[in-house]
Amino acid sequence: MTTPASLPVVLLRGGRVLDPSSGLDTVGDVLLRDGKIEHAGASLGEVRRDGDLMEIDCRGQVISPGFVDVHCHLREPGREDVETIATGARAAAAGGFTAVCAMPNTDPVTDNQAAVGFIIRQAQRADAARVYPIGAISVGQKGEALAEFGEMIGAGAVAVSDDGKPVASAQLMRTALEYARAFGVPVADHCEEPTLAAGGAMNEGIVSARLGLKGIPDEAEEIMVIRDILLSRRTGGHVHLCHMSTKGSVELIRWGKERGIKVTAEVCPHHISLTEDSVEGYNTNAKMNPPLRTAADVEALQQAVKDGTIDLVATDHAPHHYDEKEREFADAPNGIVGLETALAVLVTHLVRPGIIDYPTLVEKMSCAPARVFGLQGGNLRRGSVADVTVFDPSREWIVEPKEFLTKGRNSPYNGMRLQGRTLCTIVGGRVVYQRVI
Amino acid sequence: MSVAPIGKDLLGLEHLSAEQIQLILDTAGPFKDVSLRAIKKVPTLRGMTIVNLFFEASTRTRISFEFAEKRLSADTVNVATSGSSVQKGETLVDTARNLEAMKIDMVVIRHGASGAPKFLAERIASNVINAGDGTHEHPTQGLLDMLTLRDRWGSLAGRRVCICGDVLHSRVARSNIWGLKKMGAEVAVCGPRSLLPNAIDQLGVHVFSRIEEAIEWAEALNILRLQLERMQGGYIPSLREYNRVFGVTRERLERAPRDVIVMHPGPMNRGVEIDSDVADGPHSVILDQVTNGVAIRMAVLYLLAGGRPELADAAKGS
Repeated sequence: MTTPASLPVVLLRGGRVLDPSSGLDTVGDVLLRDGKIEHAGASLGEVRRDGDLMEIDCRGQVISPGFVDVHCHLREPGREDVETIATGARAAAAGGFTAVCAMPNTDPVTDNQAAVGFIIRQAQRADAARVYPIGAISVGQKGEALAEFGEMIGAGAVAVSDDGKPVASAQLMRTALEYARAFGVPVADHCEEPTLAAGGAMNEGIVSARLGLKGIPDEAEEIMVIRDILLSRRTGGHVHLCHMSTKGSVELIRWGKERGIKVTAEVCPHHISLTEDSVEGYNTNAKMNPPLRTAADVEALQQAVKDGTIDLVATDHAPHHYDEKEREFADAPNGIVGLETALAVLVTHLVRPGIIDYPTLVEKMSCAPARVFGLQGGNLRRGSVADVTVFDPSREWIVEPKEFLTKGRNSPYNGMRLQGRTLCTIVGGRVVYQRVI
Repeated sequence: MSVAPIGKDLLGLEHLSAEQIQLILDTAGPFKDVSLRAIKKVPTLRGMTIVNLFFEASTRTRISFEFAEKRLSADTVNVATSGSSVQKGETLVDTARNLEAMKIDMVVIRHGASGAPKFLAERIASNVINAGDGTHEHPTQGLLDMLTLRDRWGSLAGRRVCICGDVLHSRVARSNIWGLKKMGAEVAVCGPRSLLPNAIDQLGVHVFSRIEEAIEWAEALNILRLQLERMQGGYIPSLREYNRVFGVTRERLERAPRDVIVMHPGPMNRGVEIDSDVADGPHSVILDQVTNGVAIRMAVLYLLAGGRPELADAAKGS
């Protein structure tokens, strides 16, 4: 990695400086020196020039702590043809993310300290967004024996999860929540009751009935949501619920939070912007797990982002080779890319209609994910790591997957006009992405 | 290629208008006569190449299409392959491109995955006819069922038809529901709730839990085949109980307040969803359905090939 000494001083001039973690919302400047935040707030006037000074005009832009994605799939090791840690980290930077957490469902599974170390090394080579590994809950993600949490966390893992697969055994989930307490990391669960969801390809409802596709009922998610909340209550462990998709889940999380249970929850941009109608015509780029639900679910999730029931937004970025999506719907794999559209989807579907404001957007994409997963960044306080994102809140653009930096092209937003675009992403005081205008 | 009045492809009945369905049913009339002659052949589709692409086992539907094609003088090739394209190694999109490269005119496709015909239709210029896709639609079956009922009633408007059995997994059920409703019939379904889609009420049909109620209400029953796998899949406890609770039996029909037409898309499980004396009884039109199947498929082939509906009478020759 670049040594801080060789870093230029970065001065972000005249933007709307937002840091909800400290209540900061003012038009002013941000100064980054030696990989740290030296100043964020009022305009600085003349700045001492010792060495290189990189000045970026941010008028009309938002200067935010860098976005943090606690849920993405970077496919390396195993499927380097669809994504590598390097391409994923660059795509993340292009989307305004300064840090992402890589889920362990790689091949081989990230279920030991050596595998965790590999991801950290590849991330250093990539030199874009930071990549934090998430270790598996169970060896091989088989849902049987507990993986070595202690060693994985010692090697740099920031959470444990069997994401991609549910933890079917309640006993294993209980043990994971208990065991993880010693290390203070969240246990992130992909909530899916496997027998109810078996063979399902989309939301169960009128559209699945019409299209003749096997549905996944809301209850497949909700049964596991309440199970995990109850197990958290029993064990005192921190359960983090991945990619919530139903109105019922929101109600259950609210129930848990009201009782002081240590539960946090994430929602993906697609679940707060699209409905099952996107599947119409057997569109495999609208196939993901959990599936797109109904308008009532989307509305409940949007409100839950607003009222705090949902803590944060995560992408569940899941690139696939286009051949794999170019097939019969039931046979196509689940997942869509999300790193490079997340910001714009939130601006277009949550901020523009007035559901949330920009400080809340920054809270959900930066402050909260960093806080919940105990990561550096997620604020602009003096002395904090200089992970900063500058975005244009009003810029409109049309989604062209072929222009993505991720190798994946599987986006349901293909061809859509969205608003809001990253202009500059700074990691540790170094500009790792700057959009050419 | 000019677009036929029913479109480039026949993928399902959900997106057809009542007028288009009417047109197909009307066009089938003249073609019925062809099959009644000593020489059952007209030159209508001479020179056209049709591929019957069957990814799932089928006897009745495949033979019916093949007769329809041959009686219209088309050149046909049958490709039968078991298992999905994935298991076979070649993707459906590659299959499509290869067919296209051989300069064919039409594809009749039966596939285990819902949406496969649409997938194919979007990728090739040839006309695509859905001969049954997954649990989605089986439009020519729906059309021939409607033709059979129309032969009896003259019109479908206001008539009451109940679809009985495994609606959840049935492509025949979906095509019948769309088609019959568009033609003004009232539609009901009857079966164990475990074999009905959860959202069935939103499809605009009546739902009966008891076969006795369905028989009391209906003027025609379309009895779906109960696949043996459904019992293994845990949807119902046993075939024996299914017959006792949901089977269409002579005793139940005799208690009906009116004569009820009995249909079945085949192949039948005698003694399960339908008793033999019902299948072979006076109310059964099951073999008429089979006869009408050839005429409906001739009509669809003719219309998709660009045949003008008003000339169907002439096309059949005399």
